[in-house]
Amino acid sequence: MKLLTHNMLTSHVKGVINGYPLLIKATEVKVNEVEFNPQFVSRMIPKLEWSALIQAAEGLGHLQDLPGTPIENYENDAEFLRKVHRVLLEVEVIEGSLQCPESGREFPISKGVPNMLLNEDES
Amino acid sequence: MSSSCRRPEHKAPPEVFYNEEEAKKYSQNSRIIEIQTQMSERAVELLNLPEDKPCYLLDVGCGSGLSGDYLSEEGHYWVGLDISTAMLDVAMDREVEGDLVLGDMGQGVPFRSGTFDGCISISALQWLCNADKKSHIPPKRLYTFFSSLYSSLQRGARAVFQIYPEDSKQLELITSQAMKAGFTGGMVVDYPNSTKAKKFFLCLFAGESGVLPKGLGSETSSRNVPNQVQFTGQRSRFKNMKGKSVKKSKDWIMEKKERRRRQGKDVRADTKYTGRHRKPRF
Repeated sequence: MKLLTHNMLTSHVKGVINGYPLLIKATEVKVNEVEFNPQFVSRMIPKLEWSALIQAAEGLGHLQDLPGTPIENYENDAEFLRKVHRVLLEVEVIEGSLQCPESGREFPISKGVPNMLLNEDES
Repeated sequence: MSSSCRRPEHKAPPEVFYNEEEAKKYSQNSRIIEIQTQMSERAVELLNLPEDKPCYLLDVGCGSGLSGDYLSEEGHYWVGLDISTAMLDVAMDREVEGDLVLGDMGQGVPFRSGTFDGCISISALQWLCNADKKSHIPPKRLYTFFSSLYSSLQRGARAVFQIYPEDSKQLELITSQAMKAGFTGGMVVDYPNSTKAKKFFLCLFAGESGVLPKGLGSETSSRNVPNQVQFTGQRSRFKNMKGKSVKKSKDWIMEKKERRRRQGKDVRADTKYTGRHRKPRF
């Protein structure tokens, strides 16, 4: 699971009002080389929940010295975009789990695929 | 369970039906791969994404990632959602570029609002119309899916679903739940005159009333019945009025070619040589 996907995932357990951001408990993390596309990264930055990204990246130890808020004029800063690209698309959680901040429900991640299936009483 | 055994959704729930054996077909059977790719091509065309802009898309029922491959080829980034672990394993083995999530679309898509620039789904939505468990209520599951999808899409985004509807009642069930969730749009039918090539696409718009695109090969579709008699200066030929034209005649060939064209088949263009009279040979 890429951190971009993590940034978009929320818990959809019945009754949970604010299931965001999911807490990552990783046991295996991998870095995969992905082709760099500055246009896509700068398009995604306004959509991201920046604080959740920083928190997730810090937890995995791949912060890449990203600042607490996105810098101004990031569209033209190739170095900054490359760092964001690395955190968003190259760092992948292979094994571990995601925890809903409100209900504490854990969604296991195995072979890089988060299992978001709910039990019958949760949906 | 049902009269028809040809529909996979009548055999077993999706997470059971798409086992290792079935999943293997989706990486080896070249016919399945070809059809899936063709349908994703058409679905992306209907999505009408902005050109030269990499988009972030959701693929519902991504399976082994065949449709996703096409999205990556077009330079888009995608997240795939599927309920079958066997299919997702095949996708992992094929090293697809998108990210995969195991989930049941009937429980809603677990993404926050405004995430995606569009959504495609190839032959997945009809699975929602079945109640595989006692707790499953198809209209409710459809509504949960559509309403969560609506919020996860950006305003102005489109969602295109290729489906194989069983009958008109099922179609009505799907569209009515989609409209209830706030979507606008409707069905696009490609090649309505052909039994085999006929394809249904449900095109939904989130927060935008776009113009529904036309289905391929449907120019002569009988659904657009004009409400006025159309007068033309053209007179029909006398022989056509007597019913069917003589076999092997030029008219017969032209009619046959026209019919095949409507069915979406490959037909040579009409030229001055088409069905020409040949000199008698002894």
